[in-house]
Amino acid sequence: MTETQYLSPKTIDEAVNLYSKNQGQSKILAGGTDLLVQIRSGVLSPETIIDIKNIKEISEIKNNGEGSFTIGAAVSGASLEENEEFKDYWPGVLEALRLIGSEQIQGRASLGGNLCNASPAGDSVPALIASGATANVQGPNGKRNLPVEEIHAGPGKTNLKNDEILINFDFPTKEQGSADAYLRMIPRTEMDIAVVGCAVNITMDEDTCINARVALGAVAPTAVLVNEAAKLLIGTKLDNDVIEKAAKCCEDACNPINDKRGTIFYRKRVSGVLFKRALKIAVERAKR
Amino acid sequence: MNEMSNKWIGKNTIRPDGAEKVTGRAEYAADTTMPGMLWGKILRSPYPHATIKSIDTKKAESLPGVHAVATHDDSVDFPLDTPVILGIQDMRWMARNVLAKEKVLFHGHPIAAVAAKTEEIAQKACELIEVDYEVHDWAIEINDAIKDDAPILHDFIKFDGKPSNIAGTLEHKKGDIDKGFEEADVIIEKDFETAAVHQGYLENHACLVSVAPDDKTVIWSSSQGQFMVRAMTSFITGIPQSNIRAIPAEIGGGFGGKTIVYLEPVAAILSKKSGRPVKMMMTREEVMRASGPTSASKSTVKIGATKDGKIIAAKGVFYLQAGAFPGSPIRGAAGCCLAPYDIPNAHTLGYDVVSNRSKVAAYRAPGAPIGAYAVECVLDEIAESLNICPLEFRLKNAAKEGTKAVHGPTYPKMGYVETLEAALKNPHYKLPLKKCQGRGVASGFWFNAGGESCAQVNITEDGNVAVTTGHPDIGGSRASIANITAELLGIDINRVSVTIGDTASIGFSNLTGGSRVLFASALVVTESTKQVIDILKDRAAKIWNIDKEAIDWENGVAKPAGDNAGKFKPLTLAEIADQATPTGGPIGAGHQVNTVGAEGGFATHICDVEVDVELGIARILKYTAIQDVGKAIHPAYVEGQLQGGVVQGIGWALNEEYIYNDKGKLDNPGFLDYRIPVCSDLPMIDTVIVEVPNPKHPQGVRGVGEVPIVPPLAAIANAIYNAVGKRFYSLPMSPPKVLEGLEQK
Repeated sequence: MTETQYLSPKTIDEAVNLYSKNQGQSKILAGGTDLLVQIRSGVLSPETIIDIKNIKEISEIKNNGEGSFTIGAAVSGASLEENEEFKDYWPGVLEALRLIGSEQIQGRASLGGNLCNASPAGDSVPALIASGATANVQGPNGKRNLPVEEIHAGPGKTNLKNDEILINFDFPTKEQGSADAYLRMIPRTEMDIAVVGCAVNITMDEDTCINARVALGAVAPTAVLVNEAAKLLIGTKLDNDVIEKAAKCCEDACNPINDKRGTIFYRKRVSGVLFKRALKIAVERAKR
Repeated sequence: MNEMSNKWIGKNTIRPDGAEKVTGRAEYAADTTMPGMLWGKILRSPYPHATIKSIDTKKAESLPGVHAVATHDDSVDFPLDTPVILGIQDMRWMARNVLAKEKVLFHGHPIAAVAAKTEEIAQKACELIEVDYEVHDWAIEINDAIKDDAPILHDFIKFDGKPSNIAGTLEHKKGDIDKGFEEADVIIEKDFETAAVHQGYLENHACLVSVAPDDKTVIWSSSQGQFMVRAMTSFITGIPQSNIRAIPAEIGGGFGGKTIVYLEPVAAILSKKSGRPVKMMMTREEVMRASGPTSASKSTVKIGATKDGKIIAAKGVFYLQAGAFPGSPIRGAAGCCLAPYDIPNAHTLGYDVVSNRSKVAAYRAPGAPIGAYAVECVLDEIAESLNICPLEFRLKNAAKEGTKAVHGPTYPKMGYVETLEAALKNPHYKLPLKKCQGRGVASGFWFNAGGESCAQVNITEDGNVAVTTGHPDIGGSRASIANITAELLGIDINRVSVTIGDTASIGFSNLTGGSRVLFASALVVTESTKQVIDILKDRAAKIWNIDKEAIDWENGVAKPAGDNAGKFKPLTLAEIADQATPTGGPIGAGHQVNTVGAEGGFATHICDVEVDVELGIARILKYTAIQDVGKAIHPAYVEGQLQGGVVQGIGWALNEEYIYNDKGKLDNPGFLDYRIPVCSDLPMIDTVIVEVPNPKHPQGVRGVGEVPIVPPLAAIANAIYNAVGKRFYSLPMSPPKVLEGLEQK
């Protein structure tokens, strides 16, 4: 029987040191809701598991004021749910994170784990991208700060270096009149994996859209930031024809595959539909 | 028996297995252990179709911790040209399904097995077994398996004189079908497809088997029949049945899927070779890849009716996948599909098609949902074209007492019409619907079944009652038997306990399946209890020194039949039990018989759906299942059976399907991508229990569990059409399929 070493560092420096020392043979454990499943099913058999949940910065929620938050990579969905301020400012990010798994999984599943697992269908990733959040990563050669949309490299692959650990996310100051929303399509009503996910973060000045970010999940090898759709929306009163054109942009931004979860045709069509529905929810929230 | 005076029959008594289950005490197969126990694992085929040229187990055998390796050579040989029938199975196929012999016939087909100190070592040893294959082309789907140049799975199977993957046919004929269609004013003919779906039981297959040096064998396992386990293990290992004691564990769902063996004979072979007890547990992935789903199908149904709404001719052709070995449930499709109707001219024909998939196993009313789906959808189209209410249309053509069914029998008193009348009267049928919402109805039938059953009813020394039967309880049979026994004896339900005996403690009882158990075991328990009452009267007679004929048994006591018999204080069960030894000894009686008189069950379902037309998602809004159950001995269990059947039908209709990749390998062997419904997908399933007692049964029991999965496929398809104006002829009606269909409208 293979033996696995479990390490639980208390500081970032310690974690970075352990991780870089065991490069290639170690895996980072946050909530473990993906990692432990992969180990059990035999997909992975790491020699060392480095549990980062006991590191303060990685497990804390910091409110920097005016919608700016710093959220530790391993903060669970259930803990973030209990933070009323975050819920008020970033309902779209929270609803995306809260869609991952069951109630039990929510006690562990985290934004950082969802991002680093790098599934194209990860629910919280499009919402993080739409929010404009950035990721702080640290390795033996220092810290970096990257926009979330630059983290994914392909299914199961990230642009983090072999010795870098994701520490936390910085959420930007919330613009006046802005709100976000996330929707996903699943064949069932819960306990399922996104066939398409769409996040919209929008800023309204009265009836005019003055800023927007749109992101899609599960329709390409990585989550997609759809700048073309956002550009169409900005400066308009979000008339139907504008929305339809932006929805078409979403369909065109898809680069999906036919697989057991959906067809190319279906994923493209649903991207546009979810965009329209998420936009409507975000606009309603922004005007509230 | 007077309905109104029933004290226990028809009451929702507390289920006898409840406390043990909710407190974790109930023992399932996976809970069992023995000192010195080894773990068994199975090596499975990486190819969907290949000839096994050689198997080299030397490396696996020499791995430290490995105690035994088994292949087909360690089992009894069943020559291909000699059928060995056991129930509805043929041991030629069963033995080759348990451990492949000449060929592997599906991805995941067991080839060899290892018993080792740990599961990990056993798994590792499996990987060290070297198999030399000659890989062949394969056929997964029916159309690929029946085309002219299809790869042939079994050379000895011939159809029309040529090697073929069509392993058999079955047909029913009545009247003159051609003449019937000539007289029809409206004829509708459509093609349908359904996907293979798995029973989806929560508990994976598991067993622990101990073969002692003298071949005395004990099996703990999860199955729907301990006697089936005993017999099949005996056949495959050569150990006589008298040396095997099969103990039925509590069972975490079966739905037909546990009516055959996968692990027990293998564990027995490994145990015999190693001299140690061997435990085996499948993973969910193994369950999905290698245990029976039910058939995928393709079918064509043509029905003709006169303009006044009388069905005059019907034809159905059904191709059902059997998987790797012959034996798909064509009888359920071709036999049940027209059973609810009085049709003068009819012809149904089923084809049994083998292909490179796991061998199918029974699944709740095997085959019947496939047949009913096609027929009930076409009936909906005919009713629409004639502008008749679909329920009135069915009522006009409903089979009743005296109707000669297409599948053969002439019906005695039965309750199909009553289910239709109840549906018409049900407030659900008149509820208003909004845009994108629709309502569908469909009916269904299942044969139900009798067969061998044994029971023993013993009076304990303290005057209580211990009943033993021989069928694993998967649908409430223990609670129902307790109700019946308490009723007949006139005693409190808490004084009756019901146990499922192992193969050494009760006589041969056929497996739990076909909705037969309560029908059959109620018959033998009733007879045994009557004998016990007779003995009790005899003992009272001895105590009072009067004639037995002068004694009545009433409300749990023996009392003089009248004043002439003498004046005696009534004797309770406890008082008679207390005097058992001086009056003749232990009190008890058993009965064993091949039960006959099972009669079919009919149901009519009403389903409302709402379709999200932009996403292609159909959601069930409201569902009412109406069924003639004969007599509901324990109504809460009956309701649970109806709801469970409907929910499995909903999964079948909307999302469940076996998806194969281009390597002939199942692509969704788990509950993430094989989508059974979750609670939030479902409304509360409403039930209406209709009781038209089976005239051939002492309590009027018909059978409950299978019928409710028969109508949902068509009821949902018809509801979706009603909601969006587009008919779908292929299951599952999953979101991509529905959206694409709506765009093509």
